[in-house]
Amino acid sequence: MASGLHQSDFKNPVVRWIDARLPVFTMMEKEYGTFPTPRNFNYLWNFGALAMVTLLIMIATGIFLAMNYTPHVNHAFDSVERIMRDVNYGWLLRYVHANGASMFFIVVYVHIWRGLYYGSYKAPRELLWMLGVVIFLLMMATAFMGYVLPWGQMSFWGATVITNLFSAIPLVGDSIVTWLWGGFSVDNPTLNRFFSLHYLLPFVIVGVVFLHVAALHITGSNNPLGIDPKGPQDTVPFHPYYTVKDSVGLVAYFVVFAVLVFFFPNLLGHPDNYIPANPLVTPPHIVPEWYFLPYYAILRAVPNKLGGVVLMFSSILILFVLPWLDTSPVRSMRFRPIARIALLLWTVAFFVLMWCGSQPPEGIAVVLARIGTAYYFAYFLVILPLLGRLERTLPLPESISRPVLRGGGPLPAGAAVKPMEKA
Amino acid sequence: MRRPLLHKLAAAFGAAALLAVAPAAPVRAAGEAPPLPDTRFSFEGLFGTFDRASAQRGLQVYMEVCANCHSLRQLSYRNLTGIGLSDAQVRAIAATVQVQDGPNDEGQMFERPGRPSDRFRRPFPNDAAARAANNGALPPDLSVIVKARAGGADYIYALLTGYADPPAGVEVMEGMHYNRYFPGNQIAMAPPLNDGQVTFHDGTRATVDQMARDVTTFLAWAAEPELEERRALGVKVVLFLTILGGLVYAVKRKVWAEVH
Repeated sequence: MASGLHQSDFKNPVVRWIDARLPVFTMMEKEYGTFPTPRNFNYLWNFGALAMVTLLIMIATGIFLAMNYTPHVNHAFDSVERIMRDVNYGWLLRYVHANGASMFFIVVYVHIWRGLYYGSYKAPRELLWMLGVVIFLLMMATAFMGYVLPWGQMSFWGATVITNLFSAIPLVGDSIVTWLWGGFSVDNPTLNRFFSLHYLLPFVIVGVVFLHVAALHITGSNNPLGIDPKGPQDTVPFHPYYTVKDSVGLVAYFVVFAVLVFFFPNLLGHPDNYIPANPLVTPPHIVPEWYFLPYYAILRAVPNKLGGVVLMFSSILILFVLPWLDTSPVRSMRFRPIARIALLLWTVAFFVLMWCGSQPPEGIAVVLARIGTAYYFAYFLVILPLLGRLERTLPLPESISRPVLRGGGPLPAGAAVKPMEKA
Repeated sequence: MRRPLLHKLAAAFGAAALLAVAPAAPVRAAGEAPPLPDTRFSFEGLFGTFDRASAQRGLQVYMEVCANCHSLRQLSYRNLTGIGLSDAQVRAIAATVQVQDGPNDEGQMFERPGRPSDRFRRPFPNDAAARAANNGALPPDLSVIVKARAGGADYIYALLTGYADPPAGVEVMEGMHYNRYFPGNQIAMAPPLNDGQVTFHDGTRATVDQMARDVTTFLAWAAEPELEERRALGVKVVLFLTILGGLVYAVKRKVWAEVH
């Protein structure tokens, strides 16, 4: 083997030739083949892979939709209907893409919740977590702009409401809104730039996902016990153990996805978006897509516009500093009896806020939104910092392999050794 | 013992995420319309299909009644094969309307009989003309009306049959009509259907209820012409995934058998 070439172990001469010059096969083998992964994942650890697959589905369907879509205020609505009626399987492409956005958020919410429950944001995974929050923000921007493209009533008025939030910024707010719109109202320039950015941002997400995965493969995965693997007896190679386990989750996920797409394609949409955008007619009740409702509720919980906007953005941005707000050295909530309850209440608050966001801002919805908002922030700013000091955590297990193996005895010979043969 | 709890929680979280959005769907202005009557349509349920005869009668109602004011601009006459009409029937229906074409070699627009490839003829050249002819109100396009209203087909049927005398004390504005199901109860559209208004080719008695049901079926098809194909494909996809899921799970069990 000539000097300067990578020392490749692959037998196939073609693979070996390439791998020696560009060791992508070695990298894939290392990161997705032999990559040592804690042996005790539950099915919540499927959701990262599910999110990755959903991102690819969204990009694939989106590329074909873009071939048939016309980003012009006079043609956007009709071009979407043409996709539904005249493009071969256009209805399938569009329904997969539209419901895919909802599925993407369901998956990412579960993925984030798993991180919250098992303390995946804690050292040494802070940067991994923060990259995840960046992905989440990019997703929100992408989804928002994508919802504008069909140019229905909710597209138009949603865009108007959300872009107008920036007018709350003192002094320069109105100028910023004009700059965002490319004019003095949501109009054709706005639609054009949203289309452009909606096509661009998913590829930015791909880039950040790459960093997210790269960071993951430095620290290794967290696990339901939140303790570090102590050696090979605590891990299994990613392939075939987690490739097959992710496949199980993926097929189950596709069933849910398919039921939504084929039988209830408009369940999560709003009927008003089948009415072409009309700047002269305001819908009686403007609501964002379901996945934005909790933040919409936080926005409206504050009687002051700037205050509401600040609080709404803070509700996401606070996740960036979560690794430092949670002062407990114990990662998994399995061993944190009080924090666990606090997190479950936080989850309830999230759903309560989601409901409040769907309601007109009056009566009980406002009261609940304020309570929900208060608890949402209290969890991060008060409860977690205090619990880190006050909570008596349960004793941690000695290692991953002990509680997992039945009887908790020493490792049966061969169990952990055999997988290593894959390498 | 903690694991199963978490599994259940994970499942519940997913289910709750789906359920929690139900209230996100349309919210009607408070305290106005009564609950919609639950009409049984042929296309309801997971495996429903469009009643072709009903949809064809509905087409007749649309062409003879609704089309005087309401456009159906997303549809072409050729699409009508989707409700069981033959090519010859579609050609004949298209030929009953005059459509504008052009410009011709002299640069003039001209009228000619419709062809299957033509879009449904619009009753008014533009929205301003439509408003001018309708007391200032704009008759909405009906292409996706069933998808564009909370309650869908049930709402359209209820609206068409929901005309009544206003209850005591309710003042109906000049040129408006009382309708139990219209948001605000005052609708510009005069009661469009009257008993015996159309003569159905198949001899069905043209009651208001029958016509409303038929035209709703037609409009539901117009809004979702892919519905039958979609559900049929969905059944295959879900069956395939279920079998695949069983196989993948078996493989998973086998792979993990030596570790557990």
